[in-house]
Amino acid sequence: MTKQVQQLDRVIIRFAGDSGDGMQLTGDRFTAETAQFGNDLSTLPNFPAEIRAPAGTLPGVSSFQLHFADHDILTPGDAPNVLVAMNPAALKANLGDLPRGADIIANTDEFTKRNLQKVGYAGNPLEDESLSEWRVHAVPLTSLTVGALEGFEISKKDAERAKNMFALGLLSWLYNRPTEATVKFLKAKFAKKPTIAEANVAAFQAGWNYGETTESFSVSYEIKPARLAPGVYRNISGNQALAYGLIAASVQSGLPLFLGSYPITPASDILHELSKHKRFGVRTFQAEDEIAGVGAALGASFGGSLGVTTTSGPGVALKAETVGLGVTTELPLIIVDVQRAGPSTGMPTKTEQTDLLMALYGRNGESPVPVVAPATPSDCFHAAIEAARIALKYRTPVMLLSDGYLANGSEPWRVPEMDDLPDISVDFTTEPNGDDGTYLPFKRDPETLARPWAVPGTAGLEHRIGGIEKADGTGNISYDPDNHDKMVRLRQAKIDGIDVPDLEVDDPDGDARILVLGWGSTYGPIAAAVRRVRKGGAKVAQTHLRHLNPLPANTGDVLRSYDKVLLPEINLGQLALLLRARYLIDVIGYNRVRGLPFKAEELAAVIQDVIDSE
Amino acid sequence: MSSTESLNGKGLALIPRTDTAQTMKDFKSDQEVRWCPGCGDYAILAAVQSFLPELGLRRENIVFVSGIGCSSRFPYYLNTYGFHSIHGRAPAIATGLAASRPDLSVFVITGDGDALSIGGNHLIHALRRNVNLNILLFNNRIYGLTKGQYSPTSEIGKITKSTPMGSLDKPFNPISLALGAEAGFVARTIDSDRKHLQSVLREATAHRGTSLVEIYQNCNIFNDGAFEALKDPAVRDDITIKLEHGQPIVFGTGENEKAVRLSPYGGVEVVRRSEVADSEILVHDMHNSDPSLAFALSRLDDPAFEHVPIGIFRSVDRPSYDHLMNEQVAAAAAEKGKGQLSDLLLAGDTWRIS
Repeated sequence: MTKQVQQLDRVIIRFAGDSGDGMQLTGDRFTAETAQFGNDLSTLPNFPAEIRAPAGTLPGVSSFQLHFADHDILTPGDAPNVLVAMNPAALKANLGDLPRGADIIANTDEFTKRNLQKVGYAGNPLEDESLSEWRVHAVPLTSLTVGALEGFEISKKDAERAKNMFALGLLSWLYNRPTEATVKFLKAKFAKKPTIAEANVAAFQAGWNYGETTESFSVSYEIKPARLAPGVYRNISGNQALAYGLIAASVQSGLPLFLGSYPITPASDILHELSKHKRFGVRTFQAEDEIAGVGAALGASFGGSLGVTTTSGPGVALKAETVGLGVTTELPLIIVDVQRAGPSTGMPTKTEQTDLLMALYGRNGESPVPVVAPATPSDCFHAAIEAARIALKYRTPVMLLSDGYLANGSEPWRVPEMDDLPDISVDFTTEPNGDDGTYLPFKRDPETLARPWAVPGTAGLEHRIGGIEKADGTGNISYDPDNHDKMVRLRQAKIDGIDVPDLEVDDPDGDARILVLGWGSTYGPIAAAVRRVRKGGAKVAQTHLRHLNPLPANTGDVLRSYDKVLLPEINLGQLALLLRARYLIDVIGYNRVRGLPFKAEELAAVIQDVIDSE
Repeated sequence: MSSTESLNGKGLALIPRTDTAQTMKDFKSDQEVRWCPGCGDYAILAAVQSFLPELGLRRENIVFVSGIGCSSRFPYYLNTYGFHSIHGRAPAIATGLAASRPDLSVFVITGDGDALSIGGNHLIHALRRNVNLNILLFNNRIYGLTKGQYSPTSEIGKITKSTPMGSLDKPFNPISLALGAEAGFVARTIDSDRKHLQSVLREATAHRGTSLVEIYQNCNIFNDGAFEALKDPAVRDDITIKLEHGQPIVFGTGENEKAVRLSPYGGVEVVRRSEVADSEILVHDMHNSDPSLAFALSRLDDPAFEHVPIGIFRSVDRPSYDHLMNEQVAAAAAEKGKGQLSDLLLAGDTWRIS
């Protein structure tokens, strides 16, 4: 039977199942196949904080959404075209996001009376009329998998567990994905259990064959590779890109990387990744707590390493005092905050942009810290290098504000040429800089206001630094009122004077009257929304802040040159507050804190409303 | 024998040495010392300054890291590298420094509040990790810098500004705590006995790994005379148990001569010397890999200075954390070759678009 192949320009798939069903792995593999095929893509994993919530319940649902296309895309997509529902809970939890007419592939084996009751279904939605507005493909995934693995010497449980690979095979057939890499992956993943490896490969292939033979699917789809800029590409998540960026910063600065960290969602993967790369001279230290993590990083910085600590919001709260010590001792330090929903423990696996004011001001005293926020998962690489550049050049702690959406989301990334990476090498001070051969640890570079950096082991430059106020120049303890006022202002002036690039505005015709401004991870949804609005004929300009402190020098001029400035943030208006205070501009906020990224459609409507209200 | 084992007992093996003769003067900074007149810290500072030349290390490879409290001003007065940090965090900061710079001799200066209250967590974890640090814990059993509140080593019932009716919490015994954390080197000395203090420092710096030295230090303003019994010539010899490796544990003079033996109830007990046979007297073995006897000895000074062991309770070698960490880094490079950034970025699934 030859089936029809239909061309599509883009597809959004959501895999959903129980936490134990392996949906993240399934999504990751489909993503890898899709990246390999050459589509542009963007992903949104969404999982509970509980490792294993009660099976089959709504809180236990884990999902992975993937948007892929034959053109460049900016978000994981608003509404799935296809939902793979491994159980009734997955169907119920995700149906609300599914537009009418979308495909539902449901694992009928799990739609038992007991499982239906668990999530409050009175009857079986696959058998009544309640799903008539969707295209339902009822597939007994579990029993088909078990049937396909009959010849294997594995337990029934292990056979059932391979059902996610059967589903992956089916979807890989449906969208004509290349399969070799997945076969290779499975063999490597289960290298120590060859039977399990073979079984998973067999389940994967059975899923593919099922698609080809079953009447339930009459059409398969083809999405041509995207026409992206020439180069070598790979798929990369935000946390991985950030870890690579830190290693790159270490290589480009010539300083060994020292990571002091305490495990916390959603930042732990950076610790995991960096701990694999000791051959780069990377030292990873899993500390006893968040405070020790940053303390050890600062101690390593004092010794001439590139000191880094990685955490999420609750950890930043604990590290505040040490960051202040870094501010006053003027040592390089990178604090990575992978923001998550707060306050307190909040929703650890959900995203938010609510730590901006904490990053800027969450310390005692006048304690200015530069803040850099990556815009996309792959931008985490470059943002990490930029944070290191600032930290090393200006001898200061730098906050790097990622978030859960960037951390776990992934996209294709054009791997940079080594020659294109900036040189951020450091010259340690080795000679006395004072009259009569003394060393003045707080004698500043007149241009950058950075202090010299002499590391222990340098003969003749022995000196003491600390948290007590220091006399300008000598660094000796000083309680002199005028000296303190001077030092407070010097530390502020140093941060204010950091060289950050001007804001660039995207305004194709140059005559838009409305500007949409964003920062950090909202870049994708905002840019996608702006595209939609422009497609509809309206004019709108867009700009995005990567440096939150100091702000680009032209920020005020840019904001003032538009009638209205719209600022979507996943908080209650933290950047809006700052911009209003600093530039006296009536920024219009759009604020939602649902633990999820904005949807392009949602923002497009908001932008259109602002335009229409002109 | 691995290179780790070969470093055991050689705390200074990786620290560059100097050819130049040093004196105490070389280790005095130009800063005016600002402790209260009569403070025990002066004696400790002088003892450390006069001890350091003996190590023969390059001065620039010595770092003193401190937290907050009176004692934590210490680094300012030494002409080495120094970092006066924040309350309780010195062990964490020193860990990052020592782990990334095995060529440095890193001292941590801390007090009973800094180390055992706000920084208790960092202290126990430094001890269990065994980073190559020398932690000098100045114990004056009071909060000095905040002007006289009780500390985690103050005796129960202590009347202070914050406990006008007497403190309620049971104090920590720093030696017991350190042994409980399985520290490799644990010792106690006293500010007024420079010779003993320096002999303990000598052993502590030679130990590779974390060494904890508790120094009884008198705060003459808020807790004067806390250790008077150990200093008063009339009684000190009768209550001070000087622990010496390989020697039977006996102390006191004349009729008051006493000995330590194993107790039938577990632990150890103090008995009159005349009531015990030589063979029953416990011989101190600081290298005993089992910390139980050292722990039992540390309990002898409870409840209140009837007899107080000083000296080295425990000195046991095990690989230091910093060395193991650096070995892993070296092994990774040796095994897979030094990391190349372009290889890292291009590892895994890639595709080319032309």
